Amino acid sequence: MSGAGETGRPRSRGPAPDADELSRARARARQQIARFVMPVVMFAAAIVVWDRIVVWNGIPHYIMPRPGLVAETLIEDWPILADALANTLEITLGALVIATVGGVGLAILFTQSKWVELSLFPFAVVLQVTPVVAIAPLILIYVDSTSVALLICAWIVAFFPILANTTLGLNSADHNLQDLFQLYGASRWQLLRYLRLPTAMPYFLGGLRIAGGLALIGAIVAEFTAGTAGSGSGLAFRILEAGYRLNIPRLFAALILMSLAGIAIFLVLTLVSHLALRNWHESALGRER
Amino acid sequence: MHEETGGGGEAAAPGDGTVVGLAGVGKTFAGGTVALEDFSLTVRRGEFVSLLGPSGCGKSTVLRIIAGLIAPSAGRVDWPGARDAAAHAISFVFQEPTLMPWATVFGNVHLPLRIKGVKAASARGPVIEALEKVGLEGFADAYPRELSGGMKMRASIARALVTKPRLLLMDEPFAALDEITRFRLNNDLLVLWRQLGWTVVFVTHSVFESVYLSSRVMVLAARPGRVVEEIAIDEPYPRDEEFRTSARYAQICRETSHALSAALGAGEGA
Repeated sequence: MSGAGETGRPRSRGPAPDADELSRARARARQQIARFVMPVVMFAAAIVVWDRIVVWNGIPHYIMPRPGLVAETLIEDWPILADALANTLEITLGALVIATVGGVGLAILFTQSKWVELSLFPFAVVLQVTPVVAIAPLILIYVDSTSVALLICAWIVAFFPILANTTLGLNSADHNLQDLFQLYGASRWQLLRYLRLPTAMPYFLGGLRIAGGLALIGAIVAEFTAGTAGSGSGLAFRILEAGYRLNIPRLFAALILMSLAGIAIFLVLTLVSHLALRNWHESALGRER
Repeated sequence: MHEETGGGGEAAAPGDGTVVGLAGVGKTFAGGTVALEDFSLTVRRGEFVSLLGPSGCGKSTVLRIIAGLIAPSAGRVDWPGARDAAAHAISFVFQEPTLMPWATVFGNVHLPLRIKGVKAASARGPVIEALEKVGLEGFADAYPRELSGGMKMRASIARALVTKPRLLLMDEPFAALDEITRFRLNNDLLVLWRQLGWTVVFVTHSVFESVYLSSRVMVLAARPGRVVEEIAIDEPYPRDEEFRTSARYAQICRETSHALSAALGAGEGA
């Protein structure tokens, strides 16, 4: 980035900062620290409150366990829970990959042919608006393999945001740039490769972030529907099982793992989005004030 | 120095150095808006022609028709030279820089060559040369967001000249820039024009800019867009700040302003 700061956005190299600037800098620094400290403090406080409520009201552990017990269970039952987590994540990530490939592929097809879009888009909408809980039993009946059925359910919910966002992005290419491509005699493929796909990138990544959370929800909802009859032993299966056995600490532990998995997926996708867009897109740029 | 065309109708005669000729061109948009009516213009090799007029007079439509981006609903567009060669030697500069934000300055300037199948390695020479011409050497790896408005426009001009066009179409390229930057870019554009032997069709709504730059100004009236007056500006090049502050310049500007006012009146009367 040679000379980037030379003219476009001059860094201030003027006289020494005055009191006003210093106080603003201090305020910024405080805000930076607060960003990390505040969530940690609030979470810790919430856990303490949870613990106190259980102790003061004498709530038995099979109704609501203390946080310490949940932590113990998490460690004790780790082999079982880790297995369940791995199974659920496998379904989630598999669904996300298929949703990405399918969603982007179909979006590209839509922009190449209005006819394809007109004929297929309604199906995508039907898939999206029908609650997956309602279709899951049918899918479980029709598909022999439970894990394939779970994969299909998770895919159904994850697919639409990617398709819808990518389609929007592919159609958002700057009109003057489109004219320029036409003027230079660009082929359809060049238009797609050099203009439409890069334009669609931020939209696609936004869709992907939504889809990541939805894929997890889809996988878990499908596992619930499959119930204990399912051969799969994902987190939802462990929750159902723990519920039947009144093993509430394990239920909580599974629930926490589920949340953590969701958060991890979100963070990873946010990072991917940031890395992909950091050079140019407004969403990934810090503002100098 | 005034020369009434009376809405002129002569077509481009081949072999007189005509780059492109528009004869009786009309454009009616789908909504029923008549953007252009019986519009004729002959652009000769090496000219700097400005289309000056109020908004809505179809200036941009003329450029788009010449560029082949939209088809006229009436009339002819003639390319007396080899049609294909001419068509492929056109570059377009828009009002906005119209750079791809995800690509570096190098990537943006490389684009026209990339579309023609020239890989980055072999395009390096021409791209850097184009950047040097507009004074952006050293900014090849910068992203558009890191540039000021004037520098973005320079990058846009570099992209236009990297294909070595014979005809450069410019659609109010400096309208969004501050005056100081605009003056500087006007000067640089004139230098490049003389140096590279371009033919330029320049759309503007600024009397001062059109007089400063052009060898010929076409004054357009709106609704429907048509030529109401053609003003040849016989002042010698190179033109510089000396010319910009001369009485002669002021006088031509005044005359052009009067023509434009008359065009506005004509537009309202129609």
